[in-house]
Amino acid sequence: MVDQATLDNDEPLLVAKSLSKSFGRIAACRDVSFSLYPGEVLAIVGESGSGKSTLLQMLSGQLTPSAGHVSYRMRDGVTRDLATLGEAERRFLFRTDWGFVHQDPAQGLRMAVSAGANVGERLMAVGWNHYGRIRDTASDWLTRVEIDTARIDDAPRTYSGGMRQRLQIARNLVTEPRLVFMDEPTGGLDVSVQARLLDLLRSLVAELNLAVIIVTHDLAVARLLSHRVMVMKGGRVIETGLTDQVLDDPREPYTQLLVSSILPP
Amino acid sequence: MTAMIDITDAGKTFTMHLQGGIELPVVRGVTFHVNASECVVLSGPSGAGKSSILKMIFGNYRCDNGRIGIRHRGAVVDLATAEPRQVLNIRRSTIGYVSQFLRAVPRVATIDVVAEPLIVNGMARADAQARAGELLHRLNIPERLWQLPPATFSGGEQQRVNIARGFISDLPILLLDEPTASLDAANRAVVVELVAEKKRQGVAMVAIVHDDEIRHLIADRIVDVTSFAAAA
Repeated sequence: MVDQATLDNDEPLLVAKSLSKSFGRIAACRDVSFSLYPGEVLAIVGESGSGKSTLLQMLSGQLTPSAGHVSYRMRDGVTRDLATLGEAERRFLFRTDWGFVHQDPAQGLRMAVSAGANVGERLMAVGWNHYGRIRDTASDWLTRVEIDTARIDDAPRTYSGGMRQRLQIARNLVTEPRLVFMDEPTGGLDVSVQARLLDLLRSLVAELNLAVIIVTHDLAVARLLSHRVMVMKGGRVIETGLTDQVLDDPREPYTQLLVSSILPP
Repeated sequence: MTAMIDITDAGKTFTMHLQGGIELPVVRGVTFHVNASECVVLSGPSGAGKSSILKMIFGNYRCDNGRIGIRHRGAVVDLATAEPRQVLNIRRSTIGYVSQFLRAVPRVATIDVVAEPLIVNGMARADAQARAGELLHRLNIPERLWQLPPATFSGGEQQRVNIARGFISDLPILLLDEPTASLDAANRAVVVELVAEKKRQGVAMVAIVHDDEIRHLIADRIVDVTSFAAAA
């Protein structure tokens, strides 16, 4: 999990300041501020329409906020406002230091090219050009996400839903990002497949000391993966704190409703 | 002697918004301290708030008022007002908690469940597993079970895995919520031994134990929680 050096490193990796977004008269996200530190896993929970996906899109630079800023500490240690990054710099961030795991793997993968190429492509984008080495690394990552390397030349459209999601994760992690955004990564999967994926995510996040911002409506996912949680309702963050604290001792009426709606295992 | 835990006038009330905003006072005026090398046992009937107090010391329940001073890496931190990051930090290097039930993670082998707290703090996997093995052995979990996830184990076996996981680290504070509840006599004796060893190592402990005999064997002091019961 998080090593001591990282804990003592008191500079945030990403800082959101008073983020808001309106679509016409609808305020999708209002005045959200927080800091994320290296190796920290933050879950954003709330029902559909609470603004969590809008927030994730602003945090990952895919949507321009109506007000507020997102800043990110780049690999060279300099903290930059995302709005001041050029298009090339932003693309570079996305290809190297960031990952984005979509709920629907088809959005994050190229479905018609081989699994090996899906993983290798991210490496080529950062300048790898030795075919053998790219293939070895891709095959190593397939193993890490528990995909049989005999399937390396098959396209993901021939894969099951769970395998596609694991492939998407491999494609994201191969460049050793420091921050990964996840949008309902276990949504739409069978329960047994979900458990396996969660367990895999949990160990990879710990091993690689990843910072993660994960959007989910599933509190069990938040409990298993995250250190901290932010509860959103109507575009606002209504409660925030340590994950076990918020889930075991919820304060706000809406959080109490969410927690009490979990079916006992 | 410096207190490892120093609680002053801590209180907790649940507000049940889904039940029309009923206020459920749990405890108030909680005041006691725990020194190094001592085991304080909380006593009082069921529902008096013993588990809630342990959870407040661990930062799992929030405090409405008062102060929970924790000696963390040489300085005193008030857990009642600490930032989430700081609480996580304190849990990693200062306070361990042995809950009543094991919150099992699917698919993780027993030996790794037990070794995890050491690995998190930077010990090599092989060394951590060796220490986990020793503890599991002492707690009479047969070696053939070590590679299996504990989810399918019996209640008593799961509790022993949980105890092994709680006792494996060298944390200066340990909170024990009924560590012997579903154990047989032989395994209860092992837990008593483990507690005694922790005391010799200078660990400060707070425990909830219903068994009179065990309480007698491990308690240096008893704090009666009844006086902290918030009048309903």
